[in-house]
Amino acid sequence: MAAPSTTSSAETTGTPASGPLPPALADAVRDDASLRRFLHGLPGVDQVGVEQRAAGLATRSIKKAAKLWAIDTAIGMVDLTTLEGADTEGKVRSLAAKARRPDPDRPDVPHVAAVCVYPDLVATAVAELVGTGVGVASVATAFPSGRSNRQVKLIDTDMAVQAGASEVDMVIDRGAFLSGRYGQVFEEIQAIKAACGDAHLKVILETGELATYDNVRRASWLALLAGGDFIKTSTGKVSPAATLPVTHVMLQAVHDWHESTGELRGVKPAGGIRTTKDAVRYLVAVNEVAGPQWLTPTLFRFGASSLLNDLLMQRRTQLEGHYSGPDYVTVD
Amino acid sequence: MSDNRVTVAKTYKLYVGGAFPRSESGRSYQVTDHKGGFLANAAQASRKDARDAVSAARKAFPGWSGATAYNRGQVLYRVAELMEGRREQFVAEVAGAEGVAIKRAQSIVDAAIDRWVWYAGWTDKIATVLGAANPVAGPYFCFTVPEPTGVVAVLAPQDSSLLGLVSVLAPVIATGSTCVVVSSQERPLPAITLSEVLATSDVPGGVVNMLTGRTTELAPWLASHADVNALDLTGSPDSLRADLERAASGTVKRVLRAGGDQDWARQPDIGRLRAYLEAKTVWHPMGV
Amino acid sequence: MDKVWDYAPAPESRDIANLKPSYRMFVDGQFVEGSGEPLKSINPGTEEVLAEVSTASGADVDKAVKAARRAYDRVWGKMPGAERAKYIFRIARLMQERGRELAVLESLDNGKPIKESRDVDVPTAASHFFYHAGWADKLGYAGLGPDPRPLGVAGQVIPWNFPLLMAAWKIAPALACGNTVVLKPAETTPLTALVLAEICQQADLPPGVVNILPGAGDVGAAVVNHPDVNKVAFTGSTEVGKIIQSSLAGTGKKLTLELGGKAANIVFDDAPLDQAVEGIVNGIFFNQGHVCCAGSRLLVQESIAEELLEKLRYRVSTLRVGDPLDKNTDIGAINSAEQLARIRELTEAGDAEGADRWTSSCPLPDKGFYFAPTVFSNVHQAMRIVREEIFGPVLSVLTFRTPDEAVAKANNTPYGLSAGIWTDKGSRILWMAQRLRAGVVWANTFNRFDPTAPFGGYQESGFGREGGRAGLEGYLNV
Repeated sequence: MAAPSTTSSAETTGTPASGPLPPALADAVRDDASLRRFLHGLPGVDQVGVEQRAAGLATRSIKKAAKLWAIDTAIGMVDLTTLEGADTEGKVRSLAAKARRPDPDRPDVPHVAAVCVYPDLVATAVAELVGTGVGVASVATAFPSGRSNRQVKLIDTDMAVQAGASEVDMVIDRGAFLSGRYGQVFEEIQAIKAACGDAHLKVILETGELATYDNVRRASWLALLAGGDFIKTSTGKVSPAATLPVTHVMLQAVHDWHESTGELRGVKPAGGIRTTKDAVRYLVAVNEVAGPQWLTPTLFRFGASSLLNDLLMQRRTQLEGHYSGPDYVTVD
Repeated sequence: MSDNRVTVAKTYKLYVGGAFPRSESGRSYQVTDHKGGFLANAAQASRKDARDAVSAARKAFPGWSGATAYNRGQVLYRVAELMEGRREQFVAEVAGAEGVAIKRAQSIVDAAIDRWVWYAGWTDKIATVLGAANPVAGPYFCFTVPEPTGVVAVLAPQDSSLLGLVSVLAPVIATGSTCVVVSSQERPLPAITLSEVLATSDVPGGVVNMLTGRTTELAPWLASHADVNALDLTGSPDSLRADLERAASGTVKRVLRAGGDQDWARQPDIGRLRAYLEAKTVWHPMGV
Repeated sequence: MDKVWDYAPAPESRDIANLKPSYRMFVDGQFVEGSGEPLKSINPGTEEVLAEVSTASGADVDKAVKAARRAYDRVWGKMPGAERAKYIFRIARLMQERGRELAVLESLDNGKPIKESRDVDVPTAASHFFYHAGWADKLGYAGLGPDPRPLGVAGQVIPWNFPLLMAAWKIAPALACGNTVVLKPAETTPLTALVLAEICQQADLPPGVVNILPGAGDVGAAVVNHPDVNKVAFTGSTEVGKIIQSSLAGTGKKLTLELGGKAANIVFDDAPLDQAVEGIVNGIFFNQGHVCCAGSRLLVQESIAEELLEKLRYRVSTLRVGDPLDKNTDIGAINSAEQLARIRELTEAGDAEGADRWTSSCPLPDKGFYFAPTVFSNVHQAMRIVREEIFGPVLSVLTFRTPDEAVAKANNTPYGLSAGIWTDKGSRILWMAQRLRAGVVWANTFNRFDPTAPFGGYQESGFGREGGRAGLEGYLNV
């Protein structure tokens, strides 16, 4: 068993391999009509089938060394997130400390992948995390609803990048997507991607508003075609947030993308993942749907706030042989 | 009209694929009335005729089973209409064949006509009665529909030359199967006349194929024929039944073991419709 | 595939099975020593002997049928349906309570993965009892006449692929309709049926209502040919089904047969591809392919054949073959050395006839009967691997261009048990479903079973149905 690859930190996330697209895909983005034809030509997703597959994989029983490996890997994949109106610089500093060293009693615990905050708190986070290997992700583009004009979204992005964000989590315009204006969504992602510069772009599909798995697949491909480094399920502000079957569909999309382009893109489920059990189920899906090479923070993240503490408690349980309690991990 | 006009005698032939061929064997046999008086020569079908009849029935199966139930109902009802028009002929033939008084023959013919009407009404109801929406424990819509078995070999009752025949034939074709019928051996004439009715009705050629001849000669070929899906033993001699069942097992045929000594005048139930129906269960997930 | 993350073994404890060193047959409410040659039941996952099982002789069969007759005449046949129902409900509940034990024992004896015995076999078996229990006092509403009567003693012979589930499919409707039962489980998998007998005892089922006689084919033959048996139900190969049908000729015994299959799983170019891949995998690798309704012939529309096969091979390569008791095992052990030999023989025939074999590179355990998932492409209709039922984890892939061609190829078999259709076009599903000569058609899904849904075949896949209202007909005098 390989060691968890937490060394590949946020700064080295992904390779925005934007070589020329294969002809079929290049043709897909030629114009609005081509894009629509392409997205609607993708194979459908049968709801019952994908949910059954997800439920089936969720019965995998991960024990002992395999579980410990999963816990450490999951810790290294966490985007430790706070996205509250009431967030303060103090809270962000404390989060950053936790990100660097999640379990102060146990220095062997890997650091998390990134801290995820609103744009105005990026600078605070960056100051705490520079040189630690922990990335700073900022939501942007009129998060969480995405309901603003292009200029505002670009400025929002620019503000985050200028403040030092290494990753930008944008939201797509679901209104445009659901009314079939795919070209508009595509261009917007492209524009934000350009505004990101070296920062990596995660495209939030807000799957809870997309209504169908068919739409999740289309939105995934749309985001990949437009250059998103990651596709992300949710803002965390809409219910349902991440679910296993939705993540299955997205993992299948990055797998297929890799098959047709050779490029590796990432997936980030966010919201609603609170327990180690949940996290392990996601990792099983990563392993078996996308493939084992996605089992790295450069290609898979958890957008979560409370998950980390459960991972830490379970890690202690695994190592200490008895159950741990919430008082033995730090609460922020 | 002169009293000494020579009547034109009818030639009784086989009915296969919508046509009236003689037996390929060239054989015929004498049909007599119940007192032994000569009535006619009937074609004596051979195993090759049986084979041709099975091919014709198979060929007709997709069209007939694919027809709407409403259409089949009208076709069956039309048979009743046409029989009504030939009532006197049937009465005479039944009386001749079965040795019953004209009044009795009339009631037999009436019952036979009514039987077509009864089965005509079933064509578009049997699926409602035997089909089902299955409340499975999962996110699926699951339904079961009855479907015709395919080609049915029918050994028609030996005694009841018309009513018995109609009672075993109509339920086969009502649900969309096609058939090869071996008529009553000694009393085949009403069967041939019925074939003429079928030929001039809207029943497509090949849906019903009528063979006259020796039951013991034809039945084993039909029972073992791999392209026959079901076998009705009603008119089989008792001595042959077990052998025919054994032959039928070679291709796992559905075998209806009904006996020939039934009160055909009694109102039937749907047992004979069920006998030639498969249940097909279809599942589909329900999702968005 | 790189092994970044090895799942540690997660075996279910075999202690749960309460395995006993020896098992005896169940006659007239008692476990008694049979006078046949005892058999040894093997764990196909390890080739170890699990237990010794006594088998029935001809005289034992006679005793069991007499017990069943007595129970029918004196108790069960005249018991009000509402009372019969309560016994059957009890059995269902006891099966649920002893579900884990049954699941582990089933996996030990049969070789199927624990996740299947746990999540499919045992719960579905219990649900069959639960469903049929409710019919016992409602038979007059089954559309088979106002007061349909039982037939008497049912002789039942079941296969080794779903030992407990098949016992449930047979016993539950027989009891609900008021018949008594003499059942012979398969020679290689008698154990769970004998635990079911124990459950019948626990449920206080009157003695003789259910009798279980382990043994080989000769015992089955003695059961079905016993002159005092009124009804015969058989699930197994078409070959044996024909022998039974033939041997019952002229006896007047009511017969239902659920036989072999060679199902076509048809994938159109507009199918939900990833779920189709799942359905194909489930269709042929569920229960190691030991499934009469397995989707063993994949018919894929030519335009997507390459893409689909690529996805399929990737997916199949993730299947985990191994210890049936490991909760992460997807494909367990082949049930017997004999069956493994047959699978090998047929796949070698596939090689010899020029089909292209692809085999998953998954590791196989050293001991036990295992066969890696195998896909044959470049296959045509005349090959043995396309025509014969392999009953193993072996898929043959054919292509088609038009719906008519798909129907023609799918129907080009003497069998007619099941079929699969994958397309997003609703009208095409119904068009196809109507034309496929198969008793069960799964559209955009595969291998779904439910006690409310009639199951059974066309043509040489047998006759009669099991499950639903249609399933009652085989156990009633109608």
